[in-house]
Amino acid sequence: MTDIAWIDAALTSARPQAVSALLRYFRDLDTAEEAFQEACLRALQHWPQNGPPRDPAAWLIFVGRNIAIDAARRRNKQEALPAEDTISDLNDAEAELAERLDDAHYRDDILRLLFICCHPDLPATQQIAVALRIVSGLSVKQIARAFLVSESAMEQRITRAKGSIGAAGVPFETPDAVQRAERLAAVATMIYLIFNEGYSASGEHAGARAPLCDEAIRLTRLLLRLFPNEPEIMGLMALLLLQHARAPARFDANGSVVLLEDQDRTLWNREMIAEGLALIDKAMRHQRPGPYQVQAAVAALHARARRAEDTDWAQIDLLYATLERLQPSPVITLNRAVAVAKVRGPAAALAMIEPLGSRLSGYFHFFGVKGALLLQLGRAREARTAFDQAIALANTTAEAAHIRMQLDRLIKDSGPDRDAEARPKRH
Amino acid sequence: MLYAILCYDSEDVVGAWSKEEDDAVMARLAVVQEKLAKQGRLGPVARLLPTTAATTIRKGREPLVIDGPFAETKEQLLGFYIVDCSTLEEAIETASDLARASSSAGAYEIRPLSVFRPGAGAT
Repeated sequence: MTDIAWIDAALTSARPQAVSALLRYFRDLDTAEEAFQEACLRALQHWPQNGPPRDPAAWLIFVGRNIAIDAARRRNKQEALPAEDTISDLNDAEAELAERLDDAHYRDDILRLLFICCHPDLPATQQIAVALRIVSGLSVKQIARAFLVSESAMEQRITRAKGSIGAAGVPFETPDAVQRAERLAAVATMIYLIFNEGYSASGEHAGARAPLCDEAIRLTRLLLRLFPNEPEIMGLMALLLLQHARAPARFDANGSVVLLEDQDRTLWNREMIAEGLALIDKAMRHQRPGPYQVQAAVAALHARARRAEDTDWAQIDLLYATLERLQPSPVITLNRAVAVAKVRGPAAALAMIEPLGSRLSGYFHFFGVKGALLLQLGRAREARTAFDQAIALANTTAEAAHIRMQLDRLIKDSGPDRDAEARPKRH
Repeated sequence: MLYAILCYDSEDVVGAWSKEEDDAVMARLAVVQEKLAKQGRLGPVARLLPTTAATTIRKGREPLVIDGPFAETKEQLLGFYIVDCSTLEEAIETASDLARASSSAGAYEIRPLSVFRPGAGAT
């Protein structure tokens, strides 16, 4: 059966492989993308009649390459060419393909395509936009919606970013082991940024941005299939799945933030959790810890706790201590303080974060956590000051609303400690 | 005779389905399963997690642990059914019902079972 939904899914899933192989042939991003677009149009004509090809990506690469070569010839000769059906017999395309395509190339091709999007001259948001356009094939309109900008602004942004990529030149040589590891790390960071763009959205924007999380998970899955032995990629995949599994419980009907410990855990996506836990188990076996694995291990402890009060905070404290060593950052110490508050009490946690004040003076979550800790210690006046600072720094209306809610409770003088955790999430 | 019906498909393609599409396919497959269950012919049904979650143990003097599925192929084993069929014809018919219900381009492999222990405890 070749219905339109299947063709759509097949074209989407073949895209990274096909575009990256075409990029290797033509060494030009625009040519590769156009060739892929044209091949997709042919697929829409041919597949419903002739049935789906065994290997959609191989079909698209072969057809796309022929189309681009024909187009180049036509431009060079400036003369009419014979009708399409006499120059390329698409029905034979597959038979010829089997030998021509070398599976070993795919891995570096796809990595290269992802890697050129991570060009260091490009700001993070442009890296993400261009990766979503080129690798994922999201429309400019979809990307613009996710970034809350106009379509024409996003079109310009992507065109500029592609210009920078083109000017930098595409690295065609096959990477050696060190380069491959560096590319992989850069790509993983970029994918994590895509996820965070989706994950940090809230309230009215959550719907528009949620596809970014799905896309990041899809790209990580692609990467993991290419590099099945990399524990950090397993860790990244586990981290994204375990965090995204909570999506249905993260906001209430009004779009307000629901804290991790107040979430209805029955809403969590059990299938994503199962996959995330399987991956973190696989990763740990390698005994090569890295930041994604450790963060995934924290997320796994939350996922394994049926109720918030079952959370193994002592273990989370240890994991954050490991993360502080691997990747020292005041934000990680702030995260650790949340666990420390549970294990050793709010005074110990407050002592831990107070030295961070100067470095996190512009960080919403710092004041949220500080206020909550002060509140637990019965220092209501200071808590109020911290909450006021948090509101001033809130990035979203949902964040501000959440702090305001704590303030309201404080004013009612019934501040229960169940709200202690304003969980920082960005590192 | 008990038959295993093994579901093969491109994980990439199935993974690119929207949630709505996935739900729709599962709902259509559920109709076939319900029919089999009513006839008392349906055994265990499993949908496997993606092959990225798989680990392979290579047999040898020292078993070797490898990350990933047994074979890197264009299509992967994504799940299976155990169905009671009196003849191969009936098994083919059953697998064809499933094939019509799922709108994808993969395959069903029919494998007669030699030993079947339904087990107890794992849910």
